[in-house]
Amino acid sequence: MIKKAFVAMVIGFVLATVMHSLGQSATPVPATADSAKAAIIAAPAAAPAPAPAPAASLNSGDTAWMIVATALVMLMTLPGLALFYGGIAKRKDTLNVIAMSFVTFAIVSVLWVVYGYSLAFGTDVHGIIGNVQKFMMNGIKVDTLSSYQNTIPELIFVVFQLTFAAITVALASGAYIERMKFSAWILFSVLWMTLVYCPVAHWVWGNGFLAKLGALDFAGGTVVHINAGIAALIGALVMGKRRETSLVPNNLVATVTGAGLLWFGWFGFNAGSALTASGLACAAFINTNTATAVAALSWMFTEWFFNKKPTVLGLASGAVAGLVAITPAAGFVNVGGAIIIGVIVGFVCYLMVAFVKAKLGYDDTLDAFGIHGIGGIIGALLTGFLADPAINAAGKGLFYGNPAQVKIQLIAIGTTIGYDAVVTFIIFMVIKAVVGLRVSPDEELVGMDRSAHGERALA
Amino acid sequence: MKYIVAVIQPTRLEAVKEALSRIESFRLTVTDVEGIGRQKGHTEVYRGHEYKINFISKVKLEIAVDDKYVEPVVDAIASAARTGKEGQIGDGKIFILPLEDAMRIRTRERGAEAL
Repeated sequence: MIKKAFVAMVIGFVLATVMHSLGQSATPVPATADSAKAAIIAAPAAAPAPAPAPAASLNSGDTAWMIVATALVMLMTLPGLALFYGGIAKRKDTLNVIAMSFVTFAIVSVLWVVYGYSLAFGTDVHGIIGNVQKFMMNGIKVDTLSSYQNTIPELIFVVFQLTFAAITVALASGAYIERMKFSAWILFSVLWMTLVYCPVAHWVWGNGFLAKLGALDFAGGTVVHINAGIAALIGALVMGKRRETSLVPNNLVATVTGAGLLWFGWFGFNAGSALTASGLACAAFINTNTATAVAALSWMFTEWFFNKKPTVLGLASGAVAGLVAITPAAGFVNVGGAIIIGVIVGFVCYLMVAFVKAKLGYDDTLDAFGIHGIGGIIGALLTGFLADPAINAAGKGLFYGNPAQVKIQLIAIGTTIGYDAVVTFIIFMVIKAVVGLRVSPDEELVGMDRSAHGERALA
Repeated sequence: MKYIVAVIQPTRLEAVKEALSRIESFRLTVTDVEGIGRQKGHTEVYRGHEYKINFISKVKLEIAVDDKYVEPVVDAIASAARTGKEGQIGDGKIFILPLEDAMRIRTRERGAEAL
């Protein structure tokens, strides 16, 4: 009885939300001149056409917000993701999992200021890649304003984007842990950031061809989550299964702490992607919180229904799935759209990790593909349906009379998946030839903490 | 002298401790242990996958007693450690071992004096 009531309640809720959202589409609220202007200025990630530039001058409100937002996003990798992943791993592999996120943040931090930023956000070369003019921050002075948002210094834009690149690489580690050589992971971080992240970020955000096509990705559904998720899947397939394929978390308190820090840091990630301290940033903020909360509940009820118990790992996993899916949509949809995205992603991602993964048989240890890949695809696709021009004039979805947007989203998703899959596979083959991919069976059974680092997480 | 080792359900620890103090036996060493026996394991579900957890948490008690206290102590543990009226599989076991000698470190007393 209780279950039926639950299901009825959830279905009723979804229907009401859909009706509400569609109702809004029938009578779209005309964007006021002010909000339209804010939207154009505020969505460099999405607006391919260069905004009609008012006299460029630094805005201290925007700049202050971007400094804070950048620091918030840093928190997502260290300690957010490190704890989230480290707590789910086996006790004997915890430190190694944390080390993977840690070392990646350090590596990307260096490479990004040396050449990564220039490749992703430098002057466009044929829509494919940025040029190397900004090697070592060349030509970026203390008072240079970002060409992507001319009210903030370019230097803070560089670091903001750095934190995105770092977490994207770190996310993929979730599928590789408990068997990958540490040296192989370091090599992966260098090669994958250079050959996959930089070009894809350029296509979508750096005035590359997907941006020119009109693909909507507010804060990184394609660039960050689909990208990391596909790399996770390919790597897991190439490396093969672990010797002990169980997933018995060693410390769910750490995992929940990490999930909470991810949620908190994600406000910087999504609301910061407005690049301004504006109403649009606030829309992204409320959408992020809404979709995340709904997805946590959606996952919990789904799991309760299928497995009799609502788990804490389920609540945390659902929240992360919600954060992933709202990422591309955060600055484009209304709150109704955020709720729809949350309900769908919590349900579908649960089915992916609980049933589909078992059927397909790949060993994606921490479900980096099941949550980030699938959640990213759901979010990127639904953005094409739910983008509400009243929130952001730069994005108009199918429900608001622009069916072409869905096709553009599909092209962006497909291009990212195809390119990422091929190049990640090649990168893994190169790593295999240079240092090898997996540790020895003994090292794996003893645990990576002792065999790779000579340390223990808990004495 | 005997050395009594008992492995019991964690939920019964408080009751056993009380039963022992009722017969004025206040010396007790307690350890959290894991083991496998006729009770078998249980399952935990993470991200929709069931995992069998073979080792079950138990509590191990160790008590050194003079011969005349063996029966009252064993009786107190057995009565208090049972779950339900009839007891159940998994309630644990008591082992009684001969104890050759003992020493109280502070005074160097030996044998029963040291207990």
